[in-house]
Amino acid sequence: MSTLDAQLMANWMADLHGVIDVNAKMLTDLDRQIGDADHGSNMARGMKAVAALDAGNFDSAAAYLKKVGMTLVSTVGGAAGPLYGTFLLRFASALPADGELTANQFAVALSAGIDGVKARGKAEEGDKTLVDTLEPALRAFEEAASGGSDLADSLSAAASAAAEGRDATIPLIARKGRASYLGDRSRDHQDPGATSMAMVIESAARTLS
Amino acid sequence: MKKLINDVDTVVADALRGMEAALSDRLRFDHENKVILRKDAPKQGKVGLVSGGGSGHEPMHGGFVGLGMLDAACAGEVFTSPVPDQMMAATAAVDGGAGVLHIVKNYTGDVMNFDMAAEMVAEAEGVRVESIVTNDDVAVQDSLYTAGRRGVGVTVLLEKIVGAAAEQGRDLDALLELAKKVNGGGRSMGVALTSCTVPSAGEPTFSLEEDEMELGIGIHGEPGRERVKLGSAREVAGMLVEAILADLDFTGSPVIAFVNGLGATPLLEQYLMYGEIARILEGNGITIARNLVGSYMTSLDMAGLSVTLLQADDDIVKLWDAPVNTPGLRWGC
Repeated sequence: MSTLDAQLMANWMADLHGVIDVNAKMLTDLDRQIGDADHGSNMARGMKAVAALDAGNFDSAAAYLKKVGMTLVSTVGGAAGPLYGTFLLRFASALPADGELTANQFAVALSAGIDGVKARGKAEEGDKTLVDTLEPALRAFEEAASGGSDLADSLSAAASAAAEGRDATIPLIARKGRASYLGDRSRDHQDPGATSMAMVIESAARTLS
Repeated sequence: MKKLINDVDTVVADALRGMEAALSDRLRFDHENKVILRKDAPKQGKVGLVSGGGSGHEPMHGGFVGLGMLDAACAGEVFTSPVPDQMMAATAAVDGGAGVLHIVKNYTGDVMNFDMAAEMVAEAEGVRVESIVTNDDVAVQDSLYTAGRRGVGVTVLLEKIVGAAAEQGRDLDALLELAKKVNGGGRSMGVALTSCTVPSAGEPTFSLEEDEMELGIGIHGEPGRERVKLGSAREVAGMLVEAILADLDFTGSPVIAFVNGLGATPLLEQYLMYGEIARILEGNGITIARNLVGSYMTSLDMAGLSVTLLQADDDIVKLWDAPVNTPGLRWGC
């Protein structure tokens, strides 16, 4: 059983900051192939600003995560800023009050975050975007949770599905974002946004259980 | 890379300081938010016009701030959308009680950041914000399977025409309708002879052989429709105009014809190309009501140009002729 509070969310973000930092060059290289070669450096800049936030200054998990979302919107730029910002803002708004965090409550928040991303980016699964990581992750999470798995096991299932969804973007032709201008030439490349979003889910699985 | 810069990380901030040194008699600079403002903003009762986008397209957009055009422009990093904080600051600063129109070029990052800014400023400040998203680039053929057509040359013409209408006191609904008419009646097509070099990248975005050109180029070095052999000015003009006329019928009304240099193509060649384009249009029974030739929406140091045609009824021609006084465009006053 996890106790939901600002510190728990800060643990998640601290882990993610480390992962993004280590993989920034890889993310930028993926983006160079089908985008504009800045996804890793943009995400690293944003997570550095997030890491500077002090969880002790926030009276709830939701308040802290909303600030994280706004910080990403203000610092990441490009399309990733609004998408990651919207994801966390909507996720935070759907969280319960601090205290016990159940798998079902987490599923509600994750679903709200994904709805926000889809509304902001107007992307659907299969468009070769971060939605291709999120939708399979949510399905796997909900299936695990409805089968009686706790938060830790449900997150673990979600992380595996997120990684599969990320890998499944490789053969896709991009229909949203800058890669879409490449048409067929976007095939055989792994989507950078799907890659960083898989890190978010994997990081949640490591820290929130 | 050979560029007159001090540090790749401060190119935009340094350029804005330089603009301020040159233009502080008529423009105001919010360096924290990288926003360029009319000195007399906000004007009470006038709809505020805000645009913005990545830097590297100068004089667009900061060079179009002033009488008869924009009230504010947000400068992003080179080829990177500004963030909502910048747009919110600009919007709040130019709202004179009649609402604000955002002029946004259709790129994924720009659209999302402006959307968020509009939502947040409406919530926080109670300002009514409407948006026009320009998407005139015929090089992107299948909008169903892409992020849609890119906003290019029509954006410059729209900022002039809608800016003049705002100066006359038209309200936000009327301006939005006019903006939709301008965007819907304009089409563009570009060609690159060389790549541009983004300062932070340090090397050209793509490479073209000595005898090649990229037809349908975007203003950030995005790929075009196809890479073909370089032709004569007459042949290239034919390809560009043909792509535009195949997309929209321009025989029904006079047009504004806009030849835009992308940064490194000299005015000598731009005028030469205008002559070829005017001849082709005449041959197709299309009347040119007004024209604009020059480098107004650039792509850093890219060689090449774009052609934009805009259906221009009497209202649009009158608004085009109205006085404008900005660093990038000035006539009638």
